[in-house]
Amino acid sequence: MAGDRPDFTTGPLTEPGTDVDATDGMPENVPDDGTGEQIGRREGMFGVRGTGDTSGYGGLTRPVEMPGPSQPPYGGWMDDVATALFEASRSAGIEHAVERVVVHRGEITFHVRREDLVEVARLLRDDEKLRFELLSGASGVHYPDDAGRELHVVYHLLSLTHNRRIRLEVTAPDADPRVPSVVATYPTADWHEREVFDFFGVVFDGHPSLTRIQMPDDWPGHPQRKDYPLGGIPVEYKGGSIPPPDQRRSYN
Amino acid sequence: MSTEQDAYAPQAETSQGRVFTVTGQDWDSVVSGISDEHDNKVVVNMGPQHPSTHGVLRLILELEGETVTEARCGIGYLHTGIEKNMEYRTWVQGVTFCTRMDYLSPFYNEMTYCLGVERLLDIEDDIPEKAQVMRVLLMELNRISSHLVAIATGGMEIGALTVMTIGFRERELVLDLFELITGLRMNHAFIRPGGVAQDMPPGALDQIRDFITLMKKRLPEYAALCNANPIFKARLEGVGHLDLAGCLALGITGPVLRSTGYPHDLRKSEPYSGYEDYEFDVQTWDTPDAYGRFRIRVNEMWESLRIVEQAVERLAGLEGAPVMVGDKKIAWPSQLAIGSDGMGNSLDHIRHIMGESMEALIHHFKLVTEGFRVPAGQAYVPVESPRGELGAHVVSDGGTRPFRAHFRDPSFVNLQATSVMSEGGMVADVIVAIASIDPVMGGVDR
Repeated sequence: MAGDRPDFTTGPLTEPGTDVDATDGMPENVPDDGTGEQIGRREGMFGVRGTGDTSGYGGLTRPVEMPGPSQPPYGGWMDDVATALFEASRSAGIEHAVERVVVHRGEITFHVRREDLVEVARLLRDDEKLRFELLSGASGVHYPDDAGRELHVVYHLLSLTHNRRIRLEVTAPDADPRVPSVVATYPTADWHEREVFDFFGVVFDGHPSLTRIQMPDDWPGHPQRKDYPLGGIPVEYKGGSIPPPDQRRSYN
Repeated sequence: MSTEQDAYAPQAETSQGRVFTVTGQDWDSVVSGISDEHDNKVVVNMGPQHPSTHGVLRLILELEGETVTEARCGIGYLHTGIEKNMEYRTWVQGVTFCTRMDYLSPFYNEMTYCLGVERLLDIEDDIPEKAQVMRVLLMELNRISSHLVAIATGGMEIGALTVMTIGFRERELVLDLFELITGLRMNHAFIRPGGVAQDMPPGALDQIRDFITLMKKRLPEYAALCNANPIFKARLEGVGHLDLAGCLALGITGPVLRSTGYPHDLRKSEPYSGYEDYEFDVQTWDTPDAYGRFRIRVNEMWESLRIVEQAVERLAGLEGAPVMVGDKKIAWPSQLAIGSDGMGNSLDHIRHIMGESMEALIHHFKLVTEGFRVPAGQAYVPVESPRGELGAHVVSDGGTRPFRAHFRDPSFVNLQATSVMSEGGMVADVIVAIASIDPVMGGVDR
């Protein structure tokens, strides 16, 4: 069988009878280990609600969980960074600045209280043992079901001295979407924060000129929020129209 | 000033002063119009449609005479909502979107996105060797084509038209190779989570070897034409100065950072896709100006050729090896082949799913309609694109589609240096400074 196969196949086809069972790893077959940080619930499998759902999967409800907090030791250089950061924040009088530490897939995330973000950023840049000189970027994530912490702003920091990468995450509720600006410490955050403001409506206190950057100045709303209304495409066929992508039937 | 009003370029009095719309060949009327103004300050709105701004970049320049006192950028004219669109497509379809961001370096967009998805899937160690080598090969060819455009357009903007014509001539050769390997000149969507879309076509390695031989003859032409050219040097030297401290504060990476003499390259400091196994040197320069960045780009093309040579030799020994992970729950199931009616699913694959294996049919159906699920979490795996650190912040909620994908595009970040590079200089040097940053608006605006 292998001899007459053309060269462009992307790998050997499995022999009959040796295939992986197709139902392995289906969401209804994977037990919930309960260690994660719940940010929402997933219902059904096809994005259809109520009586329209004839799939038989309508009753399926699963928690949506992000990786939960990790306990030290975190492994390798991560412990050095965490220890140095905790020491530095203690001596700066903000020992509760880091709410939790998440280590997932070899990347470390420090969840920082938003009122301490400016001070933590300064420590990370200036402390001898930390030296995170370069702010790679900042981006927003909107978790509409994470009550009280709907808006997350994520910063990626790089230390050229030690060749390490960490992630900072701050949250703000939808009701009070304010996060202090780190432009004074990292001038490169200027455009990043404008972009997060433009797309998520996070107001960065202390930013020198917080205006829209990608969307037109008079644009209503913040397009990358999950609750931003998406437009359907009108089709000239008996008055029908294609529903917006978030209302179409699709896997969820 | 002429008394006639041009219908397409009217003058207007505003509270901010008189407004002229310059359309070409009307310089005299503009000059005579402002000569009776008291202060000599002119605000020039350059772009977004302007041949020298590398696409739809808008510059707002405050001039006193020919000196720039303030320079600001207006961006967003090419914003197409790619990141938002990716949230409504499967993880594999996301590649098709992100490849269109920075359209001069599509493979890097695909690569950083796929590395992030692979990290979340925890299959980083399972990517077949041949896929890794093909990724490196394509990326380094892409670096050559991207640097060629940077040099070509940069040359064109200072009037060196020959640099432009020969730059695009060589770039076309690289695009031919891309077409041969991926089927498309741009927007390939070839690097996929788990590997690459297809194996190397027959004869591709020989064509790449011919290309390497040709480039070794052609690359010295750039040096002979430009390196010691007095006009070229006069326009580039000392222009767009930005030192190391300035680069770090503004988050600048890539050739602009390396022109300060600091050898930062993610291929060396955080190797991915097996870059630690290739021999190449990080190129730096001792003058952090437009000339230094030009020389770095030419030198980096030589280094990329070295890497391409090594990758071709490795591929020669990997004939028939898999280019996609073995996990049938992730690997794209269809296998393309040329049939009598063009390219389509290979008959072997059709026979397999229709006649031999029910599980294979289910996998094919589920992957194509639903896609695979990616465990919840977030990942950021940057790569060294021709313009600097390009990284995708990929967030999954455990579903079949990205919960959020954000791209840290080096053009976006580096463009912030426009004001510090141009203010205090001549207006003609603004163009040179921006050309030395080499921004691609598709990546800036996404």
